[in-house]
Amino acid sequence: MSQNTLFDKVWDLHKVSSLPGGSDQIFIGLHLIHEVTSPQAFGALKDKNLKVKFPDRTVATVDHIVPTDNQSRPFKDNLAEQMIETLEKNCLEHKIRFFNIGSGNQGIVHVVAPELGLTQPGMTIACGDSHTSTHGAFGSIAFGIGTSQVRDVLATQTIAMNKLKVRQIWCENKLSKGVYAKDLVLHIINELGVKAGVGFAYEFAGPAIYELSMEERMTICNMSIEGGARCGYINPDEKTFSYIKNKLYSPKNENWDKALTWWKSLKSDENSIYDHVVKLDASKVEPTVTWGITPGQSISINQQIPLLDDLSPNDKLVAKEAYEYMSFKPGQLIKDTPVDVCFIGSCTNGRISDLRVAAQVLKDKKVSKNVKAFVVPGSEKVATEAKQEGIDQIFKDSGFQWREPGCSMCLAMNSDKLIGNQVSASSSNRNFKGRQGSPSGRTLLMSPAMVAAAAINGKVSDVREFIN
Amino acid sequence: MKSNFIPPIGKISNVNGRCISLIGNDIDTDRIIPARFLKCVNFDSLGESVFEDDRRTLKGKHPFDLEKNKNASILVVNSNFGCGSSREHAPQALMRWGIKAIIGESFADIFYSNCIAIGIPCFTLPKQSIEEIQNYCDNQSLLLEIDLKNSLAKSKDLNFNLEIKVSSRKMFLSGEWDATSTLLNNKNLIDNKFNQLPYIKFNTNFL
Repeated sequence: MSQNTLFDKVWDLHKVSSLPGGSDQIFIGLHLIHEVTSPQAFGALKDKNLKVKFPDRTVATVDHIVPTDNQSRPFKDNLAEQMIETLEKNCLEHKIRFFNIGSGNQGIVHVVAPELGLTQPGMTIACGDSHTSTHGAFGSIAFGIGTSQVRDVLATQTIAMNKLKVRQIWCENKLSKGVYAKDLVLHIINELGVKAGVGFAYEFAGPAIYELSMEERMTICNMSIEGGARCGYINPDEKTFSYIKNKLYSPKNENWDKALTWWKSLKSDENSIYDHVVKLDASKVEPTVTWGITPGQSISINQQIPLLDDLSPNDKLVAKEAYEYMSFKPGQLIKDTPVDVCFIGSCTNGRISDLRVAAQVLKDKKVSKNVKAFVVPGSEKVATEAKQEGIDQIFKDSGFQWREPGCSMCLAMNSDKLIGNQVSASSSNRNFKGRQGSPSGRTLLMSPAMVAAAAINGKVSDVREFIN
Repeated sequence: MKSNFIPPIGKISNVNGRCISLIGNDIDTDRIIPARFLKCVNFDSLGESVFEDDRRTLKGKHPFDLEKNKNASILVVNSNFGCGSSREHAPQALMRWGIKAIIGESFADIFYSNCIAIGIPCFTLPKQSIEEIQNYCDNQSLLLEIDLKNSLAKSKDLNFNLEIKVSSRKMFLSGEWDATSTLLNNKNLIDNKFNQLPYIKFNTNFL
């Protein structure tokens, strides 16, 4: 069993009690909610005649269902309108802070909370969304929960949960030029598999991880869940603290000093005990693209789609399904696969640094005429910053559509969807069957820079050919 | 979809029913309930949409459309079932279709805790045993009697020692799988914890 890791320390600090069944009751320091997984939880509170225990510790925004073309109200989609109205009503009734469209702070919940300084080291953070693991980039212990647990957090600020084991993923050396955090995390998931993380929290560590910016670290932790780990984290350091400083809700003045002293004490000890340790060499990672229907089915840009015989018996079943669904032949190169749609956005890669990198690739270039390309900033703040830097114009000039913030085609709950069996080059996190809105739509996951390169060439390309 | 859905309440010590086999590894929650059906403010109508896209693709040949599985209530799956999104809509849709328990090689974490939280016991068995059940279901109907107290599954021809987390089994047997009231019992401890946490003190401008 792990000892003295950051995970152990934060878990122990938040443990309220040992429950009769044997699981722990854990206090949730920050609870984030959105329109999709909260209405039934508020409904359950009403049924049970319960109040929200600490309304100040829950923060809401709207992201999954918002349209990205025209956000004027009422939304054209009645169901989407009903969902945002329900969230507005619930937040008002229970006095919960809500960052609505036009507030300047709306956006994808996992983009918004860090940029407001709400996400801080040493906290427990829960949200009815599996990508809550994103917040672990700050040294918080953050995980996705279901709606019944959202109800429990609202009513008690706690949940019942079994303590996770801890696996350290040590990344040696540095990423090479043209290789990004997204490539590294896809590589990790491919190496370890999509279910290796079940029952684990992932601690990402090592020189390659510490070298990453906070936004890149968020990309890594965001996709922990795609490797099966509902929680992923990185020990906080100076980069963490300077990112948080001067944000809207970050501690100020003497409180900042107190916070900093505490945060600096928060990290896995040198002699921590892990349940498992994996080491890999980040310098060997190349631009990586998924070819199948799970985020673990990925290869480097110059590799061939694996042959059935090259795969373990366990992976063969899903591989067969993937060849058929994706219409790929084993042994085929992924490079030069024609794409129909290019999507840059999502809680994985919809932050300002992602947009900057993609814009560098797109500058003075044109999107292929066969491609529909669009960019959805992760938040209103990201959109504003991009406009101040002229990045929106670079996208528009290249032929990308510039949209309003939201989750958009990562999961296609709004009108941004693939049509038929279109192939999408996407900076999002899931390539599941039907994920991007068409039951036969095909998704190739890659970094935002790689999406930009695919948009220009109209086919899967090596972004390194654009940046040298 | 079964009419007159009644959610489980209280102690759950037995699940008896017909098995429905669904073959495949890494079946994600987007497949169990595609995102477009998440546009709802309650779970009531999800049962009919469970596996909607997979069912449409298979044109009536999906296990959830086969006549022989019409009244099945014990789902038998392979590895990493329920991976992906945290949407509780997935187990809610299965439950509203008629599923009362799931036996699989393994489950994704969040899906598993969602199942526990709504009263669907999830058991694991080794790959070989799962395949044995799935092969059996191919040819004939399998009526299983699951006894949670002893973690046993019995039928005419097949018997299994099921695996279930100790904490989950205890919660089903005591009825505490519906955790809210158990958690609320520790009101004072929660308040104490709130007052002790360092960051509550320095986040005076938090809200």
